[in-house]
Amino acid sequence: MHAFEYHRPSNVRQAAALLQKNEDAKIVAGGHTLLPTMKQRLAAPSALVDLGALSELRGIEKKGRAVVIGAMATHSDVATSDVVAEAIPGLAKLAELIGDPAVRHRGTIGGSIANNDPAADYPAACLGLGATIITNKRKIPAEEFFTGMFDTALEEGEIITKVSFPIPAKAAYAKFRNPASRYALAGVFVSKRGSDIRVAVTGAGSDGVFRWGEAEEALAKRFAPKSLDGMSPPAKGMNTDIHADAEYRAHLVGVMARRAVAAATGR
Amino acid sequence: MTGTGIGAPVRRKEDQRFITGKGRYTDDLTRPGQAHAYFVRSPHAHAEIVKIDKAAAEAMPGVLAVLTGDDLAADNIGGLICGWMIHSKDGTPMKAGAHPALAQGKVRYVGDHVAVVVAETLAQARDAAEAVEVDYKLLPAIAETAKARSSKVVVHDVAPDNTVYEWHLGDKDATEAAFKKAKHVTSLDITNNRLIPNPIETRAAIGEYDMGTDTYTLYTTSQNPHVARLVLSAFIGIAPENKLRVIAPDVGGGFGSKIFIYAEETVCVWASKKVGRPVRWNSDRTEAFLSDAHGRDHVTRAQLALDDSGKILGLRVHTIANLGAYLSTFSSSVPTYLYAPLLSGQYDIPAIYAEVDGVYTNTAPVDAYRGAGRPEATFVVERLVEVAARELGMDPAKFRKKNYIKRFPHQTPVIMNYDVGDYGASLEKALEMADYKGFNKRKRESAKKGKLRGIGFSSYIEACGIAPSQAVGSLGAGVGLWESAEVRVNPTGSVEVLTGSHSHGQGHETTFAQLVCERLGVDINQVNIVHGDTDKVQFGMGTYGSRSGAVGMSAITRAIDKVIEKGKKVAAYAMEASEKDIEFADGKFSVAGTDKSMAFGEIALQAYIAHKFSGQDLEPGLKEGAFYDPTNFTFPAGMHICEVEIDPDTGVTTIERFTAVDDFGVVINPMIVEGQVHGGIAQGVGQALLENAVYDESGQLVTASYMDYAMPRADDLPSFDVGMTVTPCPSNPLGIKGCGEAGAIAAPPAVINAITNAVGHEDVPMPATPRAVWHAIHKAKAPMAAE
Repeated sequence: MHAFEYHRPSNVRQAAALLQKNEDAKIVAGGHTLLPTMKQRLAAPSALVDLGALSELRGIEKKGRAVVIGAMATHSDVATSDVVAEAIPGLAKLAELIGDPAVRHRGTIGGSIANNDPAADYPAACLGLGATIITNKRKIPAEEFFTGMFDTALEEGEIITKVSFPIPAKAAYAKFRNPASRYALAGVFVSKRGSDIRVAVTGAGSDGVFRWGEAEEALAKRFAPKSLDGMSPPAKGMNTDIHADAEYRAHLVGVMARRAVAAATGR
Repeated sequence: MTGTGIGAPVRRKEDQRFITGKGRYTDDLTRPGQAHAYFVRSPHAHAEIVKIDKAAAEAMPGVLAVLTGDDLAADNIGGLICGWMIHSKDGTPMKAGAHPALAQGKVRYVGDHVAVVVAETLAQARDAAEAVEVDYKLLPAIAETAKARSSKVVVHDVAPDNTVYEWHLGDKDATEAAFKKAKHVTSLDITNNRLIPNPIETRAAIGEYDMGTDTYTLYTTSQNPHVARLVLSAFIGIAPENKLRVIAPDVGGGFGSKIFIYAEETVCVWASKKVGRPVRWNSDRTEAFLSDAHGRDHVTRAQLALDDSGKILGLRVHTIANLGAYLSTFSSSVPTYLYAPLLSGQYDIPAIYAEVDGVYTNTAPVDAYRGAGRPEATFVVERLVEVAARELGMDPAKFRKKNYIKRFPHQTPVIMNYDVGDYGASLEKALEMADYKGFNKRKRESAKKGKLRGIGFSSYIEACGIAPSQAVGSLGAGVGLWESAEVRVNPTGSVEVLTGSHSHGQGHETTFAQLVCERLGVDINQVNIVHGDTDKVQFGMGTYGSRSGAVGMSAITRAIDKVIEKGKKVAAYAMEASEKDIEFADGKFSVAGTDKSMAFGEIALQAYIAHKFSGQDLEPGLKEGAFYDPTNFTFPAGMHICEVEIDPDTGVTTIERFTAVDDFGVVINPMIVEGQVHGGIAQGVGQALLENAVYDESGQLVTASYMDYAMPRADDLPSFDVGMTVTPCPSNPLGIKGCGEAGAIAAPPAVINAITNAVGHEDVPMPATPRAVWHAIHKAKAPMAAE
C-alpha cells in the first residue's frame, strides 16, 4: 500500500467538499474492494474519504411503497433487517448470499453498486426491482445508473446516500456461484410489480448487469417458471473465462431465471 | 494398550497451543535488528535480462542492499539443486538446467526471482523493489505440457527440445506380447490437473549471521531442516554444516511444498552476512501461488490388455510430466520412481511398460505434493480399470476382485515387492458400508427428481515409509532415507525424544509420546518430543511420503529398546540380581521369581547417581540413539467409494456419500489417523472437482489468487464414512504402514469414476467443474437429440 491521506468526515457535505478538494481522492465505504486493490498496489489514491462516521447514511426504513436503504448499510444489515424481510424477502436473501460473514459485516450496499463489479449481486437487485439510486446531488433510476462494467453514472465527487427499492408483489434472486470466488457466475433477480415485470442478470454479461427483455415478455404473459422453459439469452454477449464459457453462462441464466421465478412464486 | 498407549485416541497434546494462538511459527519470531527482504519477481514467463539498474532503489529510504544474481555469482554461491539423478532410456543423465537463487541472464517463469531488496521495513523494501529497473528482452513462452517437446521455445539450452529425460520402466517386449494376445484393449487419454499446494501458513525464512562465532542460523518453514542444512551447506555452499543451524519451528502445513530448498531461504541466509543484520521474508499469498512448487500436471495415454474373461494381461503407459521451469529438489523422482512403480495398483498384472518424458515449461517448478506420483499412478490405474469393467459389461467391484493380488509377498513387474495386504477384505467392508446393494434404488430416486446419480470405486495402493537407503540409492537418490532418534531419560524418569521427523500438522508430539507411554510405561505428560532444530537433533531426513510412523517411530522404538537394555543393567546392580533375571514390563523392572521390583523412574535415578555400580563397569546415564533404515517400502492400501448426484441443469456435482476403508497396518492414534484420512479426501476431492492451476499461452498464471483458484470448502464435502482393516506391516517393528496421503491418492479416481458413471461416458476432464460436467452431459445428449 502506498501512503495516502485519510479523512473521516462527519457529514455528507464535508465528504463532498473533501472529494472536491482532492481530485485523486477515493471514497471508502466498507473497503472490501478498494483496500485489497490498494494492498496489491493496483490502486494508489492520494486520499481516502471514509464514510464510516456518517450515521445519516445508515438505516433501513419503509417509506410509502418503497424500502429505503442507507448507502452505508452493510450486507449483514440488509440480510437481517425485519423491514427488508417483510417487504422484499428476495433482497434480504440476496444480501445473505454475498461473500462470507466478514465481508457481509463490512461491505456496504452503496459501495457495491458504486463499484458495479460485473459479478456483484446488488446491481441485479437494483435493476431487477427498478430501484432509484439517491445521491447528494440527484436521483438516478437504476436503468441509467449502471453504464457498463465497473462504470456508473456517478459524477466526480457524487456520493450515493440511499437506495430506494419499490416494493414488488413478487421477487426473488437465484445465484450460481463462481466455485472459487463465490461471486455470481450467473445471478438473476426477477420481480413483478403490477404490470412491471423485470428480469435482471448479473455475472454473465460481458458488459455488466442487464435486463433480459425476452424473458420479461414471456413472464408478462404468465409469471411462472414454465413460461421460461427452454429459454436462455444468446451466448453472444456473455462472458467467457476459465470458470464458464459463454454458452454455459447463457444456459445458466435461463436456469437461474426459472429458479428465481419459482422462488418468487413459491413453487 | 494403556489409556494413552498405542491404539488410544489420545487428544493432540499440541492443540492446546495451536488453538489458543500460542503456536510459534517462523513469522512469529522476531530477531534483534532484523531487516526485511522483498523479492523482485519476473512479470514475464520467459525473457532475457538485458540490464538491472539498482541505483534508484539503492537510494530509497531505509534500503540496506539490493542484490542480484551477479552478487550471488561473485560470492560463489551455488545454484539450487535437484537431488535425484534420473537416467534416460539411452543411459544419458537427465538434463538439469542451472537454477540460480537469483536469476542470471534469463527468467523462466512468472514469479522467478530477479533481485532482492533488503530494507529497514517491509514497506520500504517493497517500495524500493518497485524502483529496481529491469530491462527485459521478451522471449516466446511455452506453458502447455503436451506441447513442450514440439515447441520452438527453448527453456534451457542444455535441453533444446525441453526434454529433461525420456525414462522408462518395465518389460517392453513382454508387454507388447501381452497386448498381442489380448482379446480386448481399453485405452484412455488422461490429464492429471496441475495443483497449487496452499498450506495455511505460507513459506517464511529468517537468516541470521553471528559475526562473533561466524555462524548462521536459518529459521524456516521446512518439513526437513537437516536436509535443508545439508543442501545449503554441501551444494549451495553458504557455510559448512557446523557453522549453520536450521530451525523449523511450528510449521502450519506443508503437503510436500515445504520439503524443498527454495531461493528465498537461501537468499535470506546469504544476505544476512552481507547486510550484517537478520534478514526476514514471509511469502504473501500471491507469491505462494506463483513460487511454491506446484503438483501433478501429467498428460498420459494408457492402455490395458485383457483376455476374454476379464483378466488383466498387461498395462502400457506413456506420460508427459511437466517439471516446470527448473528442477526442484526432488522433482525428477516424482513422475518416475514415485509413479511408475505403483502402476500395478492392487492387481496381478503380468507385464507393465511405462515411459515418462519429463519436460521443461515456462511455469513454476513442479515437485512432490501430497501423494507425489502415487496419486497420478492411482488415477491412471483406477480410471483404466473402471473403464475396462464398463467396456466388458462387468461389475467394477467384481472386476477388481477378479484381478486383485491375493498371495503375498507379491513381486510386481515394476520394482515393488508388496509384503502384505488383503484387498478383498477392504473391498467387502467398503461395499457394505457404502450400501452398494442399495445404489440402484437411490439412482432411481435421484432420477425421479431429475438428477443423475453415479458411483465410483478406487482401489488404491501407495508405497510409503520411504525408504530403504540402498534401494533408493541404486535408483538415483542423492540421500539415504533412514531416520534417526535419540531417547533421553532424565534422572526423574521423564523422557525427551529427539527425532529427525518433523511435525507440521501430523500430531507427532502426541503419537510419538504414545509410543513412549506404551513401551516405557511413563505418563504421557512426562514425555516431550523435540524436533525441527539441527542443533538439538543430530540428523534426520524429515517428514514426507507418510514416513514418520513407519520409519521415524521405528527409529524411536529401536532407541527405546536400547534404553530398556541399559535399564536392565542398572536394575541388576540396583536390586543386586543377575542381569538375565531382570524383566521389564508395565513400567517396572523386576527380578524374575521374586517380588523385587523398581519403577522405571527409580532406575533412571540410579543410572544418573551411579551409586550402586562402578562407573568403570557401566557408564552412568540413560540416553540411547538409533538410526533405522527400513528394509522395504510399506504398502497402505484400501478401497474408497464415492457416490455423487449431479444436477443436469447446472452440471453441479454433489458428493452424497464417501466411504473410505483403509489398511494402514497398526494404528497408533485412530483419531489422528481419521483426521489424516478426512484431510486427504478433502484434498483429493479438491483436485477432482475444484482445483486447477491454469497458465495462459503467454505463461501468465491465471489462477494466482483465491478469486480464481477454487479450494475445497466444508460445504463441498459430505460427512465421510471411514473404516479400517488391518494387516500389520511385517517390515518394521511396529507394523505401521502410514496414512498421510491415502485420501489424496484414492479420492480423485473415485470421484471421477462416479461422475462418468452418472454421465454415461468417459469424456469428463479433471477437475470436473460444473462447466465441464454440464458440457459432458450436453455432449452425451447430443447424439440422442439427432436420432
